[in-house]
Amino acid sequence: MDLYEYQARDLFEQYGVPVLPGIVADTPEEVRAAAEKLGGVVVVKAQVKTGGRGKAGGVKVAKTPDEAEEAAKAILGLDIKGHVVKRVMVAGGARIAQEFYFSVLLDRANRSYLSLTSVEGGMEIEQLAVEKPEALARIEVDPGTGITPTKAREIAEAANFPAELVDKVADVFVKLYDVYTSEDATLVEVNPLILDEDGNVIALDGKVTLDENAEFRHAGHALLEDKAAADPLEAQAKALDLNYVKLDGEVGIIGNGAGLVMSTLDVVAYAGENHGGVKPANFLDIGGGASAEVMANGLGIILGDPQVKSVFVNVFGGITACDQVAKGIVGALAELGSTANKPLVVRLDGNNVVEGRRILEEAAHPLVTLAENMDQGADKAAELANAA
Amino acid sequence: MTIFLNKDSKVIVQGITGGEGSKHTARMLAAGTQVVGGVNARKAGTTVLHTDADGNAVQLPVFASVSEAIEQTGADVSIAFVPPAFTKDAVIEAIDAEIPLLVIITEGVPVQDSAEFWAYAKEQGEKTRIIGPNCPGIISPGESLVGITPANITGKGPIGLVSKSGTLTYQMMYELRDLGFSTAIGIGGDPIIGTTHIDALAAFEADPETKAIVMIGEIGGDAEERAADFIKANVTKPVVGYVAGFTAPEGKTMGHAGAIVSGSAGTAQAKKEALEAAGVKVGKTPSETAQLLREVYAAL
Repeated sequence: MDLYEYQARDLFEQYGVPVLPGIVADTPEEVRAAAEKLGGVVVVKAQVKTGGRGKAGGVKVAKTPDEAEEAAKAILGLDIKGHVVKRVMVAGGARIAQEFYFSVLLDRANRSYLSLTSVEGGMEIEQLAVEKPEALARIEVDPGTGITPTKAREIAEAANFPAELVDKVADVFVKLYDVYTSEDATLVEVNPLILDEDGNVIALDGKVTLDENAEFRHAGHALLEDKAAADPLEAQAKALDLNYVKLDGEVGIIGNGAGLVMSTLDVVAYAGENHGGVKPANFLDIGGGASAEVMANGLGIILGDPQVKSVFVNVFGGITACDQVAKGIVGALAELGSTANKPLVVRLDGNNVVEGRRILEEAAHPLVTLAENMDQGADKAAELANAA
Repeated sequence: MTIFLNKDSKVIVQGITGGEGSKHTARMLAAGTQVVGGVNARKAGTTVLHTDADGNAVQLPVFASVSEAIEQTGADVSIAFVPPAFTKDAVIEAIDAEIPLLVIITEGVPVQDSAEFWAYAKEQGEKTRIIGPNCPGIISPGESLVGITPANITGKGPIGLVSKSGTLTYQMMYELRDLGFSTAIGIGGDPIIGTTHIDALAAFEADPETKAIVMIGEIGGDAEERAADFIKANVTKPVVGYVAGFTAPEGKTMGHAGAIVSGSAGTAQAKKEALEAAGVKVGKTPSETAQLLREVYAAL
């Protein structure tokens, strides 16, 4: 889960990372009040989970509360790369002397952690990595020992911080690593980390990604989730503990296992090329040991998507038994009654397949077609979506 | 021959008394796996009743620790079905006991826990081969199953398979049921895993009974790209590839924590191109991949 800048700022503050005061606001009036409270020059910053806010006009400096209110009117409602701004943060102004970059993140390739540091901050890090790779210090961080004060100084020196700044930034690196491990993050990034004209090191903008697998040991993380921003079908699926992602096509997809479902999306998209360009409408993984109930819940979500014209159920029974899947389909169709009005193509193989097919054949529901294999099922579902 | 697991492997189950552990102990025994006991500190000294492949009742002893289980049974493989919150401790216990092979089935392990136990495994000299977490495990058909893969999809044969995904492993074994497999390994879809595509490719290359290899990848990370470099330099046997996730949109997580596309790196297209540049034929669908494998196998 990616956090908003203001959420990252609050976390940083909790761990003693120096940040500027910041107040979130959802209306121009709230922004004016926040600017009055902070006093002096403030910066009004769009809260969106995407980069390039500055260029898009999402960050404005305001010298007075009037200017702050005007800035808020311009920023709230702005569309930044498809993200509509609903909230801003009013932050204290800083007199920047120098900008730096620091991040610590998961390094999949080396099954370890990596810190990236540069004395040339402010630039997008992807751009810096390409244009000036020598200015970016990449130092492996051992997950067993972490960023100790000694390690932090090693990082600062590798990034060529001037000697008088090394201890100061190293202290911030240690605290940011504390955020990373204590909050189970997979990324903590500060860009820019600044030195102000009074010699203070401050984290001016932060990006934090939290590991959703670790939510069980962080009661507060669920509160950080932006439920309003989620697609309504995705929110409904999440409440049912289903692994669902809404996509833009017409063929609803249900399968078991992330890999097989991803593969099913691809096979349906290829089949769609021969049937008017129809595409998969969603990703839905009912999981390894799905019961009839889970199957029925999944089908309910998919049939609730008005964009869906046909549904392809593609299950390879491993732990999931095909008879359970078949019972789930029959049960869901009975429960949904006349609201189930889209054709279903079902492909079953593996564990208890004979019994699963028998259940579907006996039920002989007019909307259900049994497919011989994955390719044929995908083709039939695409054909039906195109014909609808 | 097989890789990593054969009919002589003696297997213990960490979490043998839990729901999943119990269910899969029964399935593994039915598949012919030599399950010799389990671990649960709170139930040490008790036994659990199961049925072996011949229908005979077996009392499996429950031990206090992995090291005690090894001492008493001579086990050389452990499989962990423990909840995510306790997985790291279970893995460290297995590493300390120096069990040669550990398979972690558990889904939802915090990635920092995986990073920490991997760092620990390295520090201890990598005496334990780790497969997973969040994986279906390993099967050498006709010999042994340590995991949750259905044992009856197909039998022994000349193909080696390595995959990030469980159900795609089953699908591919089913597609190639006419040929059969030496060993099929699901390495798991998490960002940090023990055994990698490269480890499995190296083992299949060294195994005289494996004649051809299927490698299944999916979007996210660059493991497939690195595997492609490895194949080019080190693998003489034919390799056929499949990558899932061509139509996955950017920035969305598709079930596996590792299956997320951000920017251009990690896309299915980039992986396909890297594999093809290494001489690997890549199928667009599982069935086409199976057909490509049949063709390269027939040409041997």
